[in-house]
Amino acid sequence: MSRIEFDGVVVRAVTPGGPVPEITVVQETTLDLTEQRIALIGPNGSGKSTLARLVNGLVEPTTGQVLVEGLDVAKKGREVRRRVGFVFTDPTAQLVMPTVIEDIALSLRHQVRGREERAAAARNVLASYGLEELAERSVHTLSGGQRQLLAIAGVLATDPAVLVADEPTTLLDLRNSRKIGDLLLGLSQQLVLATHDLDLALRCDRALLVDQGAVVADGSPAEVVAHYRRTAG
Amino acid sequence: MGFSPIGEYRPGTSVLHRLPVGTKLLGLVVLSILAVAFRGVPTTSALLGLAVIGCVVGGVPVRRAARSLRGMLVAMVFLAAYQTWQRGPERAYVVVGALVALLLLATVFTTTTQVERMIDAITRWLEPFRRFGVRPELVALAFSLMIRGIPLTLEIAAETRDAARARGLDRNPRAYLTPLVIRVVAHARATGDALHARGIGDD
Ligand SMILES: Nc1ncnc2c1ncn2[C@@H]1O[C@H](COP(=O)(O)OP(=O)(O)O)[C@@H](O)[C@H]1O
Ligand SMILES: [Mg+2]
Repeated sequence: MSRIEFDGVVVRAVTPGGPVPEITVVQETTLDLTEQRIALIGPNGSGKSTLARLVNGLVEPTTGQVLVEGLDVAKKGREVRRRVGFVFTDPTAQLVMPTVIEDIALSLRHQVRGREERAAAARNVLASYGLEELAERSVHTLSGGQRQLLAIAGVLATDPAVLVADEPTTLLDLRNSRKIGDLLLGLSQQLVLATHDLDLALRCDRALLVDQGAVVADGSPAEVVAHYRRTAG
Repeated sequence: MGFSPIGEYRPGTSVLHRLPVGTKLLGLVVLSILAVAFRGVPTTSALLGLAVIGCVVGGVPVRRAARSLRGMLVAMVFLAAYQTWQRGPERAYVVVGALVALLLLATVFTTTTQVERMIDAITRWLEPFRRFGVRPELVALAFSLMIRGIPLTLEIAAETRDAARARGLDRNPRAYLTPLVIRVVAHARATGDALHARGIGDD
């Protein structure tokens, strides 16, 4: 299993024109994440996305450092991103090619050189997610659930050791969010899952409750979720 | 639902699908030059004939062919009227007919050419410029993002217009242009994040 470490991480953001010139988005945080499935829960605006984005360098710490498998995210960004896949809430921005198969093929560009071989490999990937019938479809014509499934397939095709998912089921209906949730929780990779779905959080191995930029509870999902339910409003 | 006005790839096995990208593009360029260099009724008629054959062979549906022309319809009607008035109906046929033919041929190109192949071709063509600091993969990626961006921008435009309408603000262009620009920029940033997260552009 991979290991993600936060060492005295603080994130500040400048807010020009705001009431204060600078706000603290993440307060000093030190974490050692070695469990397979880690849930990040907490209210809107608490800092879940920022914590998730720190793991692959989309956000860099103002002070402190983030290490993935011992690699400093700020210094070894490229190596880290090769190991850390990221799934966003809205898959629309994540799908960059016009058709389904081309988007998967884009993920495979580094692993499979020849175009024919790459198309065949992409077809295999699609088949393993039950998406083979959509291969030639425009990503535009897919449903929300299909788009998210495709986005996840595209990320997993790059064979990451860690998958970070930022509210991957928030835009989905019940059936699709179950399907995506089951898929994510069943992965062999280490998973960092920011979510409002407490049922999903309960199925993880560890949960962190975030509030106002700080981790205020950390431990077994059952305890942390119970704490969240007690203290939320 | 947004669709690209220039059309999207449709899988197939026709000769046109199998021709190399460069050959097809070169063909388009040569035909455009011919249309201007040998302007006349025979050239325009031949081009229109070629365009129709291209649509049939490449499997371009009639509706898509019509859609590719619709965007230019107003301009073409004006052009035809002006040419008829200034130089007679024959000249109008020559000019507008050639334009229609070239638009249809461009649609044949996009319908029979997979974006990935286009990207491969662009990457190959730009390879010699690498020593001047050009990064062919990035240029090719920008190109595909642009193609993907067209229908997406249209979709966002339709949504923001509906939202403005729902609030009774459809007479106020700012009410939908402002959110449109904000959403397109936000989308571009989100796409940038997604590419970054997928390690694309790192190498
Ligand atoms: N770059 C930034 N500039 C200003 N404020 C930011 C920036 N990034 C995050 N924030 C603020 O930090 C807080 C936490 O954001 P976020 O991590 O997105 O929370 P969550 O994902 O839990 O909803 C929010 O109040 C947000 O507005
Ligand atoms: Mg968030």
